[in-house]
Amino acid sequence: MAPIIVVIALFQILVLKQPFPELFSVLMGLGLVIVGLALFVVGLDMGLFPLGETLAEEFARKGSLFWLLLFSFALGFGTTVAEPALIAVTREGARAVAEAGLIDNSPAVILRYALHVRLTVAFSVGAAIVLGVLRILRGWPLPILIVGGYILIMVMTLFAPDEIVGLAYDLGGVTTSTVTVPLVTALGVGLARTIRGRDPLTDGFGLIALASLTPMFLVMVFGLFVH
Amino acid sequence: MELLYDPIRLLLATAKDVLPVIGLLVLFQMVVLKKPLPRPGRIIFGFCLVLVGMACFLGGLDLALFPVGRAMALQLVKGAQAGGNDIWSAYGWIYLFAFLVGFSTTIAEPSLIAVANKAEEASHKAISSMGLRIAVAIGVAVGITLGTFRIVTGTPLYIYILVGYIIVAVQTFLAPRMIIPLAYDSGGVTTSTVTVPLVAALGLGLASNVPGRSPVLDGFGLIAFASLFPIISVLGYAQLAQWLVRRRNRNE
Repeated sequence: MAPIIVVIALFQILVLKQPFPELFSVLMGLGLVIVGLALFVVGLDMGLFPLGETLAEEFARKGSLFWLLLFSFALGFGTTVAEPALIAVTREGARAVAEAGLIDNSPAVILRYALHVRLTVAFSVGAAIVLGVLRILRGWPLPILIVGGYILIMVMTLFAPDEIVGLAYDLGGVTTSTVTVPLVTALGVGLARTIRGRDPLTDGFGLIALASLTPMFLVMVFGLFVH
Repeated sequence: MELLYDPIRLLLATAKDVLPVIGLLVLFQMVVLKKPLPRPGRIIFGFCLVLVGMACFLGGLDLALFPVGRAMALQLVKGAQAGGNDIWSAYGWIYLFAFLVGFSTTIAEPSLIAVANKAEEASHKAISSMGLRIAVAIGVAVGITLGTFRIVTGTPLYIYILVGYIIVAVQTFLAPRMIIPLAYDSGGVTTSTVTVPLVAALGLGLASNVPGRSPVLDGFGLIAFASLFPIISVLGYAQLAQWLVRRRNRNE
């Protein structure tokens, strides 16, 4: 936390040469951020990571592909729907789209549009995790999937309406956030550790990368249908 | 009153977001695997810590970082417009601010710290947690700086993304194989709770204050940049590390 405080304080004092607005509430907020960060990391190590890893190992050992894939999809979909950053950005995006006159500028329409985008993103992340788990099981090379995804996204950009492109690109980065990342990483590393001949480093990671690509593609498809 | 009311509402909102995930895990554990939770007390305590931690964290962010970031984006644009028409020198402070904000928010990112620790563990300490965090933070900083430059100049987003994709594709063939999935992942990991509000505030503030830019077409893209450039920087970090090891081996 120290670096960011220094950056903002330096700019405020040296560049803008203005007193800090509402110094007390800002300092209190900073205190909360530091305490929250510490609790969050400790809690992750105690709760989410061990449970996610045990579950992933259990499902990998069980040998039932159906349950493993269902679990993967549910994990991707469930964690993404719960992502606070995604909720905020889809609302912001829907509002911007409404201001551009592409959908009706009324709160109900905006909220419904935001929810649809959010569900599209959650579905894409679920699908991406299923694809990523299949990749770990079958040992498909990740670069081919990723570069293939890049090409699909570029082709899709040609067809999608301009107003959705910026939002779609941003959503790729937003999807995988505080709740999703630790659980999905635990699933990948746990799976790769359980399956013989798989290295946790080369095979365990890569799920999040796929989960950042599919939303870009599917949100553009969504834009194509809606607009 | 506001101080008492807000944390409780925030805790409830956080609980509503996190509970479905917990429910899902417990459901799969009990119903599908038909096994009791291992060490339930510890897990429940961990969940409570995550919940309280996230609520404190988000509350603090709203109270401190978000308004300050937004106010600063506004003040910096005003300063730039007072400074004259030359885009490079007038907006110099904005680029510097974007770089430093990108770097400092990413270094403090909880998801990144968690994944970097996992990577260090999974690679048996071949990858250092701190080195990875610095590589990712530099990537995000460069990405956001370039993103603000794009908003100021108003050039199309897809050109930058296309060039970035080509660089990643080329690097993929040259970088050590073991780092590739990790590098791809680090792109998605960076942009979460600390980075998103600050960066979103910066982008929208810039697009609505720089003359001739529309928030819809130009305000987005900063987050996309912040997820693309860490891939390049982590692959670059791995290539550099490999090159240094090879050179040392040759000298010995």
